[in-house]
Amino acid sequence: MGNPNVGKSAIFSRLTGTDVIISNYSGTTVEFKKGSMLFEGKPAEIIDVPGTYSLDPTNKAEEVAVEMLEQGDLVINIVDSTNLERNLNLTFQLMEKDIPMVIALNLSDEAKHIGIDIDVKKLEELLNVPIIPTVGVTGEGIKKLVSKLPKAKNPKTKKHSDKERWNKTGNIIKQVQKTKHRHHTFLERLSDASVNPITGIPIAILILLFSFAIIRFIGEGLINYIFNPMFNLYTPIAMKISAFLPNFIHDILIGTLIDGKIDYTQSMGLLTTGLYVPIAMILPYIFAFYLILGFLEDFGYLPRLAVLIDNVMHKIGLHGFAIIPMLLGLGCNVPGALATRILESKREKFIAATLMAICVPCMAQMAMVFGLLGKYGIKGLGIVFLTLFVVWTILGLILNKTIKGISPEIFMEIPPYRIPYFKALLKKLWMRTRSFITTGIPYVLLGVFIVNILYSSGIISFIGKITAPVIVTILGLPKEAVGSLIIGFLRKDVAVGMLLPLGLTLKQLIIASVVLTMYFPCVATFAVLVKELGIKDMLKSAFVMIISTLIVGGLLNLVLPF
Amino acid sequence: MEIFLSQLGKGEKGIVKRLEGGYGFQRKLSSMGLRIGKQVRIFSYQPLRGPLVIEVDNMRIAIGRGMANKIIIEK
Repeated sequence: MGNPNVGKSAIFSRLTGTDVIISNYSGTTVEFKKGSMLFEGKPAEIIDVPGTYSLDPTNKAEEVAVEMLEQGDLVINIVDSTNLERNLNLTFQLMEKDIPMVIALNLSDEAKHIGIDIDVKKLEELLNVPIIPTVGVTGEGIKKLVSKLPKAKNPKTKKHSDKERWNKTGNIIKQVQKTKHRHHTFLERLSDASVNPITGIPIAILILLFSFAIIRFIGEGLINYIFNPMFNLYTPIAMKISAFLPNFIHDILIGTLIDGKIDYTQSMGLLTTGLYVPIAMILPYIFAFYLILGFLEDFGYLPRLAVLIDNVMHKIGLHGFAIIPMLLGLGCNVPGALATRILESKREKFIAATLMAICVPCMAQMAMVFGLLGKYGIKGLGIVFLTLFVVWTILGLILNKTIKGISPEIFMEIPPYRIPYFKALLKKLWMRTRSFITTGIPYVLLGVFIVNILYSSGIISFIGKITAPVIVTILGLPKEAVGSLIIGFLRKDVAVGMLLPLGLTLKQLIIASVVLTMYFPCVATFAVLVKELGIKDMLKSAFVMIISTLIVGGLLNLVLPF
Repeated sequence: MEIFLSQLGKGEKGIVKRLEGGYGFQRKLSSMGLRIGKQVRIFSYQPLRGPLVIEVDNMRIAIGRGMANKIIIEK
């Protein structure tokens, strides 16, 4: 347990060896996570919970923390050394519960660095609980923390009023903490500049443009110099396999040969398109995106972006912090949907989740759209992303006006900038990339497999005939495009890939890319949204999705001049 | 002189005198460390009635204007 952004997940990961996402902002952890470690020779369950400022929760994530507390036999209370007062206040609240406790005095390196000196021995005496200074990300003090676990105790504190508790905290701080005055460091000056509007807004624009450029540079670099050459080596092998296979199996594994050759983007076989799409088209961008996002997260930039964009977000019924689910959604909509938990009201959650599901394409889908529209230059991609952005804004304005209630204001701690710990950064990048490899790639293969079945069994042409009025008349797409909309429910990346063999015009590609983003979330996101919003709100949200897709797709079909 | 937190100029300091608003609101501010008797300094104002960034102890906190209008400061 502990306040937000004090390093609970870092210590949890050190104790249990379990992989968890760690970042430098409040609200990274929104669910509890279980892991296990050996405790006095026996396996013990350790639970990582979201941070909370008090035991009176104000959002869903904090509720989770308080609920889990009741189930614990022992609390490892993570205290932020740079902010002792507020953390001790929560400590006293925890002591009033009857659970034994040890304290990890975390971020002890940073406290030293900014001139805060804490008398640990004295604090241990005053609180009557074992205390161990730690540095979660590097693992300093963790062994000692484990060795102190058996000595965990609860000094039986009586229930205090808020005022008594703060007084008690104040007294203790006076006795154990000395602060030295010191000069502002470079990072602090940079921090000041990035929340000052005059300098902050140019910095934000610069960072976003720079991030986008690096992601494309790394993504394309990996595709052109590593993955394409790799698949060129693989082609002769696949051709040999192709020669041996009987027709039916050939169709599924290799797919259709185009001019007697394998075309990785059009053949639609499991061993051709099924491998090429996730590995050579999507993976490079997933890697590049999460490298940049991870750096911005660990450095501590995201909360500053939230502050700068707060006034804009209010117009669409959200506050600045809602930019975080949106940014996470750009990687994958699933963590994006989960992150709406950091928002306080049901209204905000609904607006944020709906806008994200409709207008924020995930990286896998975007990578495919880059592949599809990249050759037309800025025109195609520009229209797709501009349309999504405009829809996001207008839909947000409408939802804000039509949904009852008001959204609360931003109230959020801005963490100091921290130089990312390189190993932790790489680990997070690996976890996210691995998650795409282990869960994304099998689903892409499954998607390609189902596409084959649907086509060969004639189901797609059957549904195509029924849906032709909508697909052909309103959206201006060929009726075969309905197959892509069906598969899009499973995997949006495969769905975009299915557009290629249809030989669409630029206009149709643009409309199809926008429609595929908007019409409905993929099944994984859908499941999370049902859980987070409830089935009733999810149905409302789905209604908004389908209606706005038809309007926007239809308008594009009418308006686009080419 | 007692004023609202939102009336304090950029870079100016003041001491928190009172918190208005409901119990839940007061508690939310206090548990984050923004309490009566604390010195706060205005760090920046975001344009178009955007939030304030304030400094309390070692923390930077972003807080909406409406909320800042419920915090009474002694300059």
